[in-house]
Amino acid sequence: MQEINRETLIAKAKELLDAGTVDRLLGWKRGEFDWDVTPAVFTADNLGEFVYNSFCGANFSKYLIAETRKSEKKVLVFLKPCDTYSFNQLLTEHRFDRERVYAVGIPCEGMLDVAKIRGLSDNVASVTDGETVKIETLWDGEITSEREKLLAERCLNCKSKKHVAYDELIGEDGDVLDSHRFDEVERLESLTPDERYAFWQNELSRCIRCNACRDVCPACTCEKCVFDNPNSGLENKAAANEFEEKLFHIIRAFHVAGRCTDCGECSRVCPQHIPLHLLNRKFIRDIDNFYGEYQAGAEVGSRAPIVNFTTDDLEPSEAVRRDENA
Amino acid sequence: MPEIKDPLIPAIGVVTDIRRDTPDVKTFRVVTPDGVKPFIHKPGQCAMLSIPGIGEAMFSITSSPTNEDFMEFSIKKCGCVTDWLHSMEPGQQITIRGPYGNGFPVDTEFAGKDMLFIAGGIGLAPLRSVINYCRHYRDRYGKIDIVYGSRSKDDLVDYQEIIDEWATDSGVDVHLTIDREQEGWDGHVGFVPSYVKELNFATNKTAILCGPPIMIKFTLAGLIELGFSKEQIYTTLEMRMKCGVGKCGRCNVGSKYICKDGPVFRFDQLDELPDEY
Amino acid sequence: MRKLSLERLDALLSSISEKMPLYLPVDTDGGAHFVRFQSGLKPSEKLLPSKSAKDIFFPQSEELVNFKVDGKKIEIIDIRKECEDFVVWGVTPCDAKALRVLDNVFLAEPIDSFYKNRRDHGIIVSLACARPSETCFCQTFGIDAADPDCDVAIYKADGYLYLSPKTDKGEKLVASLADLTEDTDEKPVEDAKNTIRERLAKLPLANLKADAFGAGKTSKFFDAPEWSELSESCLGCGSCTFHCPTCQCYDIKDIDTGHGVIRQRCWDSCMYSEFTKMSAGQPRLTQKERFRQRFMHKLVYYPERYNGLYSCVGCGRCLRVCPIGMNIVKVMKKLGGNENA
Repeated sequence: MQEINRETLIAKAKELLDAGTVDRLLGWKRGEFDWDVTPAVFTADNLGEFVYNSFCGANFSKYLIAETRKSEKKVLVFLKPCDTYSFNQLLTEHRFDRERVYAVGIPCEGMLDVAKIRGLSDNVASVTDGETVKIETLWDGEITSEREKLLAERCLNCKSKKHVAYDELIGEDGDVLDSHRFDEVERLESLTPDERYAFWQNELSRCIRCNACRDVCPACTCEKCVFDNPNSGLENKAAANEFEEKLFHIIRAFHVAGRCTDCGECSRVCPQHIPLHLLNRKFIRDIDNFYGEYQAGAEVGSRAPIVNFTTDDLEPSEAVRRDENA
Repeated sequence: MPEIKDPLIPAIGVVTDIRRDTPDVKTFRVVTPDGVKPFIHKPGQCAMLSIPGIGEAMFSITSSPTNEDFMEFSIKKCGCVTDWLHSMEPGQQITIRGPYGNGFPVDTEFAGKDMLFIAGGIGLAPLRSVINYCRHYRDRYGKIDIVYGSRSKDDLVDYQEIIDEWATDSGVDVHLTIDREQEGWDGHVGFVPSYVKELNFATNKTAILCGPPIMIKFTLAGLIELGFSKEQIYTTLEMRMKCGVGKCGRCNVGSKYICKDGPVFRFDQLDELPDEY
Repeated sequence: MRKLSLERLDALLSSISEKMPLYLPVDTDGGAHFVRFQSGLKPSEKLLPSKSAKDIFFPQSEELVNFKVDGKKIEIIDIRKECEDFVVWGVTPCDAKALRVLDNVFLAEPIDSFYKNRRDHGIIVSLACARPSETCFCQTFGIDAADPDCDVAIYKADGYLYLSPKTDKGEKLVASLADLTEDTDEKPVEDAKNTIRERLAKLPLANLKADAFGAGKTSKFFDAPEWSELSESCLGCGSCTFHCPTCQCYDIKDIDTGHGVIRQRCWDSCMYSEFTKMSAGQPRLTQKERFRQRFMHKLVYYPERYNGLYSCVGCGRCLRVCPIGMNIVKVMKKLGGNENA
């Protein structure tokens, strides 16, 4: 379960609101169920509806773009370690004004995946977090599960417990982790092209082109996306054919390559549970292999290798050769 | 199952004549491949025209139902379908489906009334159908007044027909106006809403407005000021449409589908709708 | 009423599929999805398929008509074919009711022949919900999950599957399965219905009421200040609309293949910025207006047009798929006042 709780965060918010450091905060609003939380803007008046639990996984970095345009006053945002990478990347891309944000880093023990909980029961009355998670069901009594088995994929493969940006930290900072996040990429690389095609064909066949992955992605911050432009011929619609959904995801993966911090929001929000993060991780892995290790968002102002020419850069032909031999 | 009609499957139309009305408006004459009028319609109804591969769009039928030979559409160039239409030559086939919408109540609420038509720019297109219908059945209506304004003389649609036919009819008064002074223009100069107020029409008339939203807004206010009630004033709405038959959801405003329940509404009916048109 | 042992379910499904195409929800990596039955496929035990049976009658995309263009000439190719009878198995009672909502739109004059063709030939077999989920609120809209509105209602009880035909189509289907099933009295089904209704009454959303909404409530809700807060974090992704069993907005698009033109229709969403955009203007400028349209349509505009029927069946999919946890239940509670608390 999380080291910090709702009360700690509310106390911190009250302190900063009272001191006038901030005039509002981004937080999660309580819903009908434990897993049902909504990102919202809070002031001192509605803090009662503020909630914090292991379903509060939304990455608030992208919300700062719109929120910092609303007022010159600072907004308080609570950032998990993974969110801070997106935060830095957005600053690198000059997408919001750092002066208008007060960032409080919060530790994270990993968020629960409601889809995995639904795998155990489809009638969840309540979820009590802990080393053993207790799921009270409507018709089957209490079910328990090891916490690890219910963690979101991105949390199982957490790349870092270290905050790379904050004004203030709650708790001890963690370290960059030696994760297994590329294992699945390596597995896909080891497949034959036909097998790999079949894998993606199967996964993407479920895509409904709702564009939630794009809408939530902190690297997708174009004011007008090409897929929303009627003149592009690619506007956001339910996929008109099989090719269109692949085109959408491939273009998107290319567009965020070198800027994607691997925050995993795309896969979290996909209503069809497509492992979209694997496309991005393939790019991250290739960049690491071809140009040296690079973590987008690790620091503000860093230039991604693929937009930064150096004379030592790998020749494209060499990249292709290595890829073929891989 | 070609024996079952589907509203989304169009028919072929042939464009037999193209007339340039203004720098950005052309009038297209359409018949079937057999050379007859595509279908029967009421004044104020619309049709979906398309060029396969380019797209489909909804246009009001400009010709009067009393024209038994062909159908006409006056179309302003303002998007990809209209660009394509403007670039075609006579003899081109297009697809056509319709008629869509309710049309004007020419045989019921308009019967026996003095008619006041007020149009701005391309807004004359849907009114031309009603005006010519009323002129055809002249004895069914009282006096007819037509106020029509445009940016310049060159932007007046159907100018020749207005001068040669409408203005010479007895019991039809045509009041033209353009936004700014122009060489060769000795008519009225000024915007439509203020001209309507200047003309100080008797308040027993049935008024029909069509034009840009800003013109509608101020003309409506002017008519109300003159003493007209909303129950006497009609307009025809424009919304994005795809199906034309009240299903695709695009033109849904409140419980109405503009393509099916409209596009013609009285202003008292519009008051019942949420302000999203 | 007929019954057969649940152990013989595969034989029953195989027998149906020998007669006509059979679609049923099957578990996949991404939840349960309707697929065409093949021997060995097991129906999903999940309560809700990821997407509803709507997809079978109004698919995500479909071809409407083809064209061949040759110089100034156009040829229209009507590609419609009358479909054969087919069975959709395991439709939830809410999804079955959703088809009635769609019927009002697609079967209104002028009739949509694509939808009608499938409706005429589709036989809906609906499984009463013995294990409703915490996200269920079909009762709010007057739906009885113990007594589905369909062609054949099926119940599972005491190791048996009970089949209760409710229409002529349903009678015919059940009669065609006579050699696999046996006659039974209604008692076990009546017991099953009672158990279901007891459970429905205990659901967390059992007390949600729609009474505050409906025809004539436009002016009451349209300018409500709550829309700003409700829509504040909406991403506008349209996931709710694409998973909704009653959403029916669509787009029509031409695809030039180089050999001809395919005119398709595909789902569209009122949540999208381009949905109402015209060269002349945009009546719904921000996400707030687009968000409001979706819920006003379901709760006020649709009932106003179609005799008080709401365009929501309480399936709860929007509760499950929304990336930001916003949904019709929160909208109804916020706008509908304390009576819904």
